[in-house]
Amino acid sequence: MKFSNIKYLILRRFTQFGLLFLYFAGNFWGWSILQGDISTSMLFNKVPLSDPFALLQIFASGAVVGANVLIGALIISLFYGIIGGRAFCSWVCPVNLITDAAAWLRRKLLIDKIERKLWISRNIRYYMIIIVLITSAISGLAAFEILSPITILNRNIIFGVGSGLGLIAAIFLFDLFVVKNGWCGHICPLGGVYSIIGKYSIFRVKHTSENCTLCMKCKEVCPESQVLHMIGKKSINVNDIECTNCGRCIDVCDDDALEFSIGKYITENKKKESK
Amino acid sequence: MGEKEKKHITPRRRFFTDMAHHIGLGTMGVMLLGGYATKAKSSPLTLRPPAAIPENDFLKTCIKCGLCAEACVNRPQNLTRDGKRKDEFGTLKMAKANDNVTVGTPFFTPRDTPCYMCEDIPCVPACPTEALDITKVTNPKTNELDIRKMDMGVAVVDVHSCIAFWGLQCDACYRACPLLDEAIKLQYNRNSRTGKHAFLEPVVNPDVCTGCGLCEKACVTEKPAIFVLPKDVAQGKVGDHYVKGWDKKDQQRVGDRNEKDITTHDDRSKKKPLDYLNSNQLGL
Amino acid sequence: MGMNRRDFLKSSAAATAAAAVGISVPQEVQAAAKSAEQGWRWDKAPCRFCGTGCGIMLATKDGKIVAVKGDPAAPVNRGLNCIKGYFNAKIMYGADRLTQPLMRVNEKGEFDKQGQFKPISWKQAFDEMEKQIKKALKEKGPEGVAVFGSGQYTIMEGYAALKMMKAGFRSNAIDPNARHCMASAVVGFYQTFGIDEPSGCYDDIELTDTIISWGSNMAEMHPILWSRVTDRKLSDPDRVKVVNIQTYTHRSCDLSDFNIIFRPNTDLALWNYIAREIVYNHPEAIDWDFVKKHIVFTAGPVNIGYGMRRAGEKSITPVRPDGSAGLYSAKEMKIINKEMAKKVSPLEAPALKPYGYKEGDTMKNIPGTLAHWMISFEDYKKSLEPFTLDYVAKIAKGDPDESLESFKKKLKDLATLYIEKDRKVVSFWTMGMNQHTRGTWDNTLSYNVHFLLNKQAKPGNGAYSLTGQPSACGTAREVGTFTHRYPADLMVKNPKHRAKVEKKWMLPEGTLNPVGKQHIVAIQRGLEDGLVKFAWVNVCNAFQDTANANHWIKAARKTDNFIVTSDGYPGISAMVSDLVLPSAMIYEKWGGYGNAERRTQLWKQQVVPVGNAMSDTWQWLELAKRFTVKDVWGEYAPSGPRKKTLPSVIEAAKKMGYKEDTTMFDILFANKEAKKYTIDDPQLKGFDDSDSLGDNRKVLGSDGKEWKGYGFFVHKYLFEEYAWFGRGHGHDLAPFDMYQKVRGLKWPVVDGKETFWRFNTKYDPYAAKAAKAAGIKDFAFYGPLAKKLFSGSLTKPDKKAGKKPIPNKAKIFARPYMDPPEMPDKEYDTWLCTGRVLEHWHSGTMTMRVPELFRAVPEALCYMNPKDAQKRGVKRGELVWVESRRGKVKARVETRGRNRPPRGLVFVPWFDEKVFINKVTLDATCPMSKQTDYKKCAVKIYKA
Repeated sequence: MKFSNIKYLILRRFTQFGLLFLYFAGNFWGWSILQGDISTSMLFNKVPLSDPFALLQIFASGAVVGANVLIGALIISLFYGIIGGRAFCSWVCPVNLITDAAAWLRRKLLIDKIERKLWISRNIRYYMIIIVLITSAISGLAAFEILSPITILNRNIIFGVGSGLGLIAAIFLFDLFVVKNGWCGHICPLGGVYSIIGKYSIFRVKHTSENCTLCMKCKEVCPESQVLHMIGKKSINVNDIECTNCGRCIDVCDDDALEFSIGKYITENKKKESK
Repeated sequence: MGEKEKKHITPRRRFFTDMAHHIGLGTMGVMLLGGYATKAKSSPLTLRPPAAIPENDFLKTCIKCGLCAEACVNRPQNLTRDGKRKDEFGTLKMAKANDNVTVGTPFFTPRDTPCYMCEDIPCVPACPTEALDITKVTNPKTNELDIRKMDMGVAVVDVHSCIAFWGLQCDACYRACPLLDEAIKLQYNRNSRTGKHAFLEPVVNPDVCTGCGLCEKACVTEKPAIFVLPKDVAQGKVGDHYVKGWDKKDQQRVGDRNEKDITTHDDRSKKKPLDYLNSNQLGL
Repeated sequence: MGMNRRDFLKSSAAATAAAAVGISVPQEVQAAAKSAEQGWRWDKAPCRFCGTGCGIMLATKDGKIVAVKGDPAAPVNRGLNCIKGYFNAKIMYGADRLTQPLMRVNEKGEFDKQGQFKPISWKQAFDEMEKQIKKALKEKGPEGVAVFGSGQYTIMEGYAALKMMKAGFRSNAIDPNARHCMASAVVGFYQTFGIDEPSGCYDDIELTDTIISWGSNMAEMHPILWSRVTDRKLSDPDRVKVVNIQTYTHRSCDLSDFNIIFRPNTDLALWNYIAREIVYNHPEAIDWDFVKKHIVFTAGPVNIGYGMRRAGEKSITPVRPDGSAGLYSAKEMKIINKEMAKKVSPLEAPALKPYGYKEGDTMKNIPGTLAHWMISFEDYKKSLEPFTLDYVAKIAKGDPDESLESFKKKLKDLATLYIEKDRKVVSFWTMGMNQHTRGTWDNTLSYNVHFLLNKQAKPGNGAYSLTGQPSACGTAREVGTFTHRYPADLMVKNPKHRAKVEKKWMLPEGTLNPVGKQHIVAIQRGLEDGLVKFAWVNVCNAFQDTANANHWIKAARKTDNFIVTSDGYPGISAMVSDLVLPSAMIYEKWGGYGNAERRTQLWKQQVVPVGNAMSDTWQWLELAKRFTVKDVWGEYAPSGPRKKTLPSVIEAAKKMGYKEDTTMFDILFANKEAKKYTIDDPQLKGFDDSDSLGDNRKVLGSDGKEWKGYGFFVHKYLFEEYAWFGRGHGHDLAPFDMYQKVRGLKWPVVDGKETFWRFNTKYDPYAAKAAKAAGIKDFAFYGPLAKKLFSGSLTKPDKKAGKKPIPNKAKIFARPYMDPPEMPDKEYDTWLCTGRVLEHWHSGTMTMRVPELFRAVPEALCYMNPKDAQKRGVKRGELVWVESRRGKVKARVETRGRNRPPRGLVFVPWFDEKVFINKVTLDATCPMSKQTDYKKCAVKIYKA
C-alpha cells in the first residue's frame, strides 16, 4: 500500500487520537491545552469551544446558560460553517473510530455481499434532530446528551471507563451486521447538525471526471456514498452536505480524479467563467 | 390480498399518508426517547457540586463537559506528599450509566470522597453554562468566594445508629466538620444510666451545613450514621402562613406570601354554599 | 429469621444497659440476646489505649475476639468508651500483623546489617541476640545493652524486663517511652510529696466546682473523663466553671467558661501570677494553719540547662570553625550551645531578678540537678514579686489578635476562681505541662497554688497530673522500668534500696549497677555516640517517638550496633532495626495495667496469639536462658556514665549456691519462689496461658523445639513478687486473685480497701498512721524522698547549719519563668507544637490498622491560623514544608480543623509516620525529669 493511499486516513487518526490524548491529559495531568470534553472544552484555559447541538437542546429544554458556552458554540459553528463542513464527524468524533472499524470489518467479512439489505432512510438523522429537540422541550433534559455515544465514549476515555461501553459495542454491532454506516450515515443527529452547519463551508472534495477510470473504489469506502453521485459523470465539487471531508475517496483514488479544493464558490465560479 | 384491492393513490392522498407516517414515527421517537429521558433523570438523592442550580434546571443546563470534575481532580490540594494525585478521580465524578445519576453529569459520593470545601472553589468558575452558578457562592458584599455559601446538601444523623447517642465519646463527625461547632454542634445531655457521664450528641444546623460530607466520610460506624442528603429531600417545610412570634427574623423565612392563592380547598369546602344548603342531606 | 451480628449487638447492648438501670427486658429480646451469645465468652479487661483506664468486656469465639463492649460495672466508664475503645476488638487483626521473627540477612542467611529482612526461626533470633548482647557487654559493658521500654508494658512484662536488665545484664539502660510522657510529673511528685503518683482520683471531677485544665486537651486525649467533666458542668452550669489554658484553641475549649491562650512556656509565669495574687493581694486566702503545719518553702538552682547534649559529648566533637560540631550542623549547634551558657533575655530578666540575674547576663548552666533547699516564706514572696499582672500579661499573651485588656481580665478571673473561698478547684494537666523544658518546675508550681489555699489532697480539690499511657503509672512508674528506679519508688543510686532489691531477687551483694543515668533520650544519644551497641525496642515505637529523629534513625542504621524491635505491627522502629520479633498483643497475654488514678486492673489471656507471635514476657525469659552467671556477672570496667569499675560477683554467687553456668532464667524467673505458683491455679481454668502452658499452635520455641510452657504460673509469680515491694510502703496492691474479680482498685489497697485521696488522714490509712505517730492532724505528706534539706536563700543553700529533717511535709517551690532554648526568630518564625488526635493512638501502629479510624483521620495535618496560611500563600488542603534546624516534613494545611492555633503557631500530630514530625522537633528536655519538650520548637513553614 502506498503512503498516498492512506495519507488522509493517517492524518485523521492522528487528529482524533491527538485530541483524545489532549482531553485525557487535561484531566489526568491537568494540562491546560484542551480541557473538558467534546460537548464543551476550554482551549488553553481561555477559548471556549461548545457543541452547538448540545446548546440547542439546552435551549429547547428551556434553560438559560452562561456566556462562555454561547461563545463556544459560536466559535464551533463558525469554524465548521466556514471551513470544515462536516469534518467534525471524521476528524474529531471518537465514534468515527468505532464505526470506521465496523465498516472495515464489514468489507473484510464480505457482509455487504451476503446480507439481505435492510434499508433505512439516511434522513432519519434530520428527524432525530427534531425528535431530540421536542423531547428536550418536553422532558426538560438535553435528550440526546443523555445517551449520546459520542460523549459517553469521549468521557469514558477522559474520566475512566464505565458501563457506557455497552452502547458503543451496540453501535459497532449495528454498523457491522445491521446497516452499513448505520449510525453515522443514518441516525446520528449530531452529524445531521454539522451537515446543516457546514452547508456553505469552503473545504470540498473536487472531482475531475476526465481522470476517473470508474474503478468505484471511492464509492466503496465512502461512508456517505450517495454524495459521490457525480463520479465519472461530472467534474464538480462534492457539495452534498453529508460529505464528512474524510478524504478516504482521495486516498483510495489512484487516478488523481479526486482532491481537496478550497471553496466551492471559488472553484465553481471559476468553472462558470471558463465555460 | 388480491390485486383488485390495490387502490389508486392520489398525490394528495399520498401527501397525507406520508404526513401521518412521519408524524407517527416522530411521535414514537419522542415517546421512546422521552421515556428514556424520564428514566435517565438522576436519583433524587444525587449530590451535585457546590453552587449547582436547582436540580431540574441543573439537568437542563449542564452540558456534561466535565470541566468542574477536571478542576476538582487537578486542584493542588489533591496531590500526595510525593507529588502524585491523591485520589484517582477527585471528589466530583462524571456519572456513568450505572451510577443512577443522569449520564455525564457531575456528582459526588461523600463516603468515598467528600467535598473538601476548597477556599477557592475551583469547580464552580470552571462551569461554562452556569449550571454551577458562581453568584451562589459569592459574598455579595466583598465579591469574594465564600465556602460557607456552598449548598450541596445537608447532613442527617440517624440517632439510632450514631454511637454518640449511645453515650460513647465519638464526635468524629464534629471534629471532621470544616465549619466546626457551627454546622455540627454538640448537644450536651446527662447520662442518667451512668450518673456521671455526659452525652455529646452531634446535631446538625441545616442553615450552616453545606453538605460537604466530611462527616459522612469520617463516621466510624459500619454504614455511616451521619450522611448527606440533598436539602429538599432531607428537610421539611413549615407553612408560610405562620411566623414565629419570638423570632424577628422568621418573617424572612416565609417571604412574600402570594395572596392570590389564599383561598383554601378541601373536601368540606368543595360544595358551593347554596348547593350545600339546598342539598337536603338531612332527608327531612 | 436468624439474627445478624448487628442485631445481636443491639439487643445485647440493650440487655446490658437495662440490667444496669434495673429495668426488665422484654422476654423476646432477652431470648434473642442469649441465643446470639451462645459460643461467645465474655470476660473483662481494661481498654488498650490511654491512661483513663476504661473497663471493657471482650467476647471471644473460636480463638478470636469477635466483639467488645464497655463494662457497665467499671467505675471509670460505666460501660462507655471512646472510639478507640470502641475498636478494641479490631486492633489485633490488621492484615499485616507480624507473625514470624524477621532479620536482616545476607544470601547465606547470616545476619548482615546491610541485608534485607527475611523470616527466621525463634531459635535463630535468640542465637543472634545472644551473640550480639555478649559482644556489646564485652565492648561497652552493661551500659552498651539498652532497652526502650514502655508505659504500655503490662505490669508483668515490665517487671520481667526490669529484672533481667538490672539483675541479669546489670544494666540500668532501660527507660520507658513514659519518660516522654510523665517524667516531669514524677519528679514533681517526688520533689513535692516525696512519693510518686497523684493524690486525688477521678471522683474529684464529680466533687469539684472548678475544672481548670492546663496544657491538656481532655476532650480528645481523655474522652471518657471529659464526658464526666461535661456532666459535672451540666449538673450545675452556673456554679461549675471550666477553664482551658493552653497555647492554641482546641476541642476542650468548647465547654469552657473562658479560655486562655498563652505564649509557649509562659505557663510558668501564669502559675506564679496566681501565687502572687494570693500572697500579695489576697493574703487572707492563705490557709496559714495548713501551710505552717504541713508545708516548707524551698528553692533550687535555675541555671540547669535544657537537657540537650553538653560540650565534649562524642557526637558533638570536634567543634569546627563554621560552628558545626561532630554530627551536628552549625544551625543545630546554635541551639545546643545554650546547654552550656545562655544570655538572659529581656522576657525572662524580670523573673530572674530575685535570683541575681539581669538582662544580658551570661547564665552558665550546670547539668540538670534535683538539688533544692529550704527558704523562708519571705524569700518565696520575693521570688513572686516580679509576676505582676502587667509583666505576666505582657510576656504570656499568646494570641496576637487578642487585646491585652481581654487577656488581663482572664488572668484576673482565673486567679479569682482559685482564690474564691469555698470554691473547690481541680487543676488537670497532661503533656502541656509535662513535655516542657521546665516541666518539673511547672508541676511543682501547680501544687504551690493549691497548697497556699489548702486545696490539695481533698475531695474535689487538687492539682492532678493526667497520665497519657494505659500503664505509665502502673508499670513504668510503679514497677520502675526507668533507668534510675526499681519497684515502689526504690532508687538505683540509693545503696540501701539496692541492697533491699538484691535480697528480694536473691542476688549477690553488689550485683546491681549503682549508676542509672541512661534515660530514653540518653539511650538514643548513646547509640549515636557508639556507647550503646545493643538496643531492644519493647511495646513502643522509639524511633518514631523520639524528638530529633533524624539523628537516631541514622545512628540505628549507620553505626555498628544491633537493634531489635518487638512489636505487633511493623513501624518505623522495626524498619530501622536488624531483628524484628512478633509480639503477642494485649489480649493475647495475661496482663495488668495501672491507670492515672492509681487503679490497677488485671486481665486474663483471651485468645492465643496470631502466627508465631509470643508475649514480651516470654521473649525476656527465653533471652534469660541464654545467659549464665559467668556470662554476665563478671567485672566491668568503667563505661559511659559509670566512672567506677563494676566488680565481679561470680564468687559471691557461688557462695549463694549458684554455679558458673546457672542461667539467669533459673535465678531470676524459674527459681523456687516462682515454682510455688503452680499451673493448677483455678485462675488458669478455662483460659489460655501461652507462656505458662504453651498452646495449640505448637510454636517452635527458642531452642527450636515445640513450646510447651514454663510449667508454673509465671504471670502470677511476676505480679506477686513485684507487689511485695510496695506492700507496707504506701504502694500496697491487692492479691493477684482479687484483681481477677474486681474492676480494678486504687492503691494503696489496705485491708482490701482502696484509697481515694492520699495524704489525707480521713481517706489514706498511711496518712492516718503517720499523722498519729507525729501527733499532727488532717494531713501527712509521708513520702520518704528528699525529706532532709539544707536551708538557704533563693540563690544558694547555707550548708553550715546542716540538713534538717522535714517529716510529713510537702514543699512549695520558688521557681521563676524562663525562656525555652529555641524560640521563633526571623528565619524560623513559627512555634511548632505536636500532640495526638482522638482517633489515633501514639504512632498509629494499631489505630492506623482499623479501617474506620484510618478513614476518619487518614493523615496528620498541619493546623494553622488562616492568616498565617494566607501570608504564606497557602490554601487550606495544600502541602507545606514544616522545617526546623533539624529536619523537615511535608504536611497538608488545615485552617478550619479541630485545633485553631493563634498566629505564629502550628500544631502537627505525630501519629502519622508519613508526616514524621519528630524529624523536626528538638530533643531538649526538662533537665530534671529528662522529659522531652515536644510542645515547642521553632520552624518555618513554606509552600511545598
